[in-house]
Amino acid sequence: MIVTQDLAKQFDDFWAVDGINLKVGAGQVLALLGPNGAGKTTTIRMLTSILRPTRGEAIVAGFDVVKQPEKVRAAVGVLTEQHGLYGRMPAFEYLDFFGQLYGIDPARRHERIKRLLEDFGLSDYRARRISEYSKGMRQKLALARALLHNPPVLLLDEPTSAMDPESAHLVRTAIRELRSASRAVIICTHNLAEAEELADQIAIIRLGKIIASGTPEALKMSLLGPVEYEVRLGSALNGFELNLPSQANLRIRGENWFRFQTSYPATVNPLILRDLLDHGLSVVGLQEIPRSLEQVYMNVINSSLESPELHA
Amino acid sequence: MLETANRQFFGVLIITRREVRDQLRDWRIIFPIVILTLFFPGLMNFTAQRAVSFVQRYGAPIVGDRLIPFLLLIVGFFPISVSLVIALESFVGEKERLSIEPLLSSPLSDWQIYLGKLFAALVPPLLTSYLGITVYLIGVYKQVGWSPPTILLVQVILLTLMQALVMVSGAVVVSTQATSVRSANLLASFIIIPMALLIQGEAIIMFWARYSALWWVIIGEIFIAGLLVRTGIAHFNREELLGRELDTLNLGWMFQEFKRGFLGDAQNPIKWYKDEVGGALQVLRSPVLIIAIAFMVALWIGMQQAKIFVLPVELLNWKNLSQGFIQGINEYHFFTVSNVGSVWLHNLRAVALATVLGIFSFGVLGIIVLLVPVMLIGYFMASLANAGLPPQTFLTALVLPHGILEIPAIILAGAAILRLGATLAAPAQDKTIGEAWLHSFADWMKIMIGLVLPLFLGAAVLEVFVTPRIAMWLLSGY
Repeated sequence: MIVTQDLAKQFDDFWAVDGINLKVGAGQVLALLGPNGAGKTTTIRMLTSILRPTRGEAIVAGFDVVKQPEKVRAAVGVLTEQHGLYGRMPAFEYLDFFGQLYGIDPARRHERIKRLLEDFGLSDYRARRISEYSKGMRQKLALARALLHNPPVLLLDEPTSAMDPESAHLVRTAIRELRSASRAVIICTHNLAEAEELADQIAIIRLGKIIASGTPEALKMSLLGPVEYEVRLGSALNGFELNLPSQANLRIRGENWFRFQTSYPATVNPLILRDLLDHGLSVVGLQEIPRSLEQVYMNVINSSLESPELHA
Repeated sequence: MLETANRQFFGVLIITRREVRDQLRDWRIIFPIVILTLFFPGLMNFTAQRAVSFVQRYGAPIVGDRLIPFLLLIVGFFPISVSLVIALESFVGEKERLSIEPLLSSPLSDWQIYLGKLFAALVPPLLTSYLGITVYLIGVYKQVGWSPPTILLVQVILLTLMQALVMVSGAVVVSTQATSVRSANLLASFIIIPMALLIQGEAIIMFWARYSALWWVIIGEIFIAGLLVRTGIAHFNREELLGRELDTLNLGWMFQEFKRGFLGDAQNPIKWYKDEVGGALQVLRSPVLIIAIAFMVALWIGMQQAKIFVLPVELLNWKNLSQGFIQGINEYHFFTVSNVGSVWLHNLRAVALATVLGIFSFGVLGIIVLLVPVMLIGYFMASLANAGLPPQTFLTALVLPHGILEIPAIILAGAAILRLGATLAAPAQDKTIGEAWLHSFADWMKIMIGLVLPLFLGAAVLEVFVTPRIAMWLLSGY
């Protein structure tokens, strides 16, 4: 659905995007993460055929972004960083205008607008001018515009920014449903929890280059090491010598708890538990230590700041 | 084919319809439109009535007769001035309001978006203008019983349309190239000043009552509007529209671009002459052909004028002409080096003026400046022939000796100016409008320094030292 090869964009002497390779298949969601000015919006604009790549190529929904810009734009639904709404227009009229631009016939258009307004809880405000909408309502309307022509590719720049938790949840649910409908979706976001929740793949971009990419789990594994587990005991360890299997690595220990890392929990965890029980120690709990994407992100960004070429 | 064209034009209309609806929701647009449609024509009616009765008291009814059609023109013009404001902010205003990106992400092509916005800026003020004209005509008919001749009414309707189109197409070009509404407003003087001059010209024609001359104005406006629309579409660029943020004048960059275009890869003057001037000359092939044809047309137009503006017979006495000429040569000490400088500088001034005018008129006014002397030659030759005198002697004695160098110089200069002016109307692949213009300017400079200036210098030497001698030799026989 979306394939880029060495995609790059130069503005004067500055490379905003410098050789990005992406592959997002049907039914997949890619989260593009990175600090402000990393090149996320420039990438989205190239994938929408608004900006012409300086180097490389990109195929979106089977169309070349340079050679077939109008077909690309017809196949893409874009939620831009700025909502881009016309304040003096009522919501229904606004969506109707964009529906016409995308060549949707009137009956289907009106039915689709009605459905989207209902889905996003905007039906009661359909005749109200957009300037009277709250930030969250505007964001939902902009998302409805992006979905209006049922595009096979969705490019969403900050889809839940400025939304209250309820609305954000609604939008995230909508995005999950869109994925199941065999679309390719790219989300640019600063909300790492959202990226983790929605994305199949993560790409972290900095200074126009992808410095880390993969599934959330693979990234955690490669950047934070094996999964960490914590064992809590019913009594103090009192100088007990922990004898962990060779595939486990003791990270830290406290009075009545310790943590270890292992890549083979199915084998290692039962062995550790048996050893503890054999030595008369009661085990209160064994649990995986949750690791967030934020740790991965910070790790990658900090590493790239210390050594720019490390992940490049 | 027709269906595709219809569908594409429908895309244009979608944009236009939305924009017009949006305008009609804005009281800042509605208010002046209402005032200029309903109240302003009434004021003009009152003015016309008062003026007619005043001048009749002093036995000058002609002033009133001329004032009424002039006010008709003004009543039509005032509402369309609103179109300038709408057009100026059509693109850059949306950019500033951050609403342009979804529109640019739509599947419409560049020209559809461009024309959609252009029509939207044009239609409401134009309809208002025609409504104002109707109100004025009804009022003036009721008050003083005047109704315009059909041809004049058609001319005013067309003039109003073309004035609006010129202003709107120019303003939309500004709007696509400006980075903020403020900069667009500042650049609007490039439209307002020429339009003010144009309206003054039209006013003179109206008071002069040479209404047939208005057709030439209409044709000129159609031409300029066509070029402006083409310029706008050629340079409409989604990327530029979104990407350009700053208005700084980067003189260093401009100089480097110009230098790159002017010097190219040349290592020495001979290589520069061969590669760079030669290259610029290659690019000028089509403009040279156009100027050569325009040269012949100018000569023909001059000849045609001889039938309309006939010179008095006593002026066309060959003996007086030749003796007067020989006497002039002797009195003004013609054969001096300083005269070479004067003639050369005169030609350079003409080229400089033509270049400046050409830059602001897609080359058109520049060419006219260069071809006026050609028209005069044609006019004088035809006048001599009409009086039974030999025009070829005049041509051989006074024009051809230095014309051998001067005519090619004029054609080359005209071609370079035409290309420089036309750069703005031509799409520039992979170049911004500024880069394209600077490279064209570098080509213009190469042609001027490499060819035109030396040719004019040679022509000046011939004109001062050779032409008068040949003229004296040929004309003294008469």
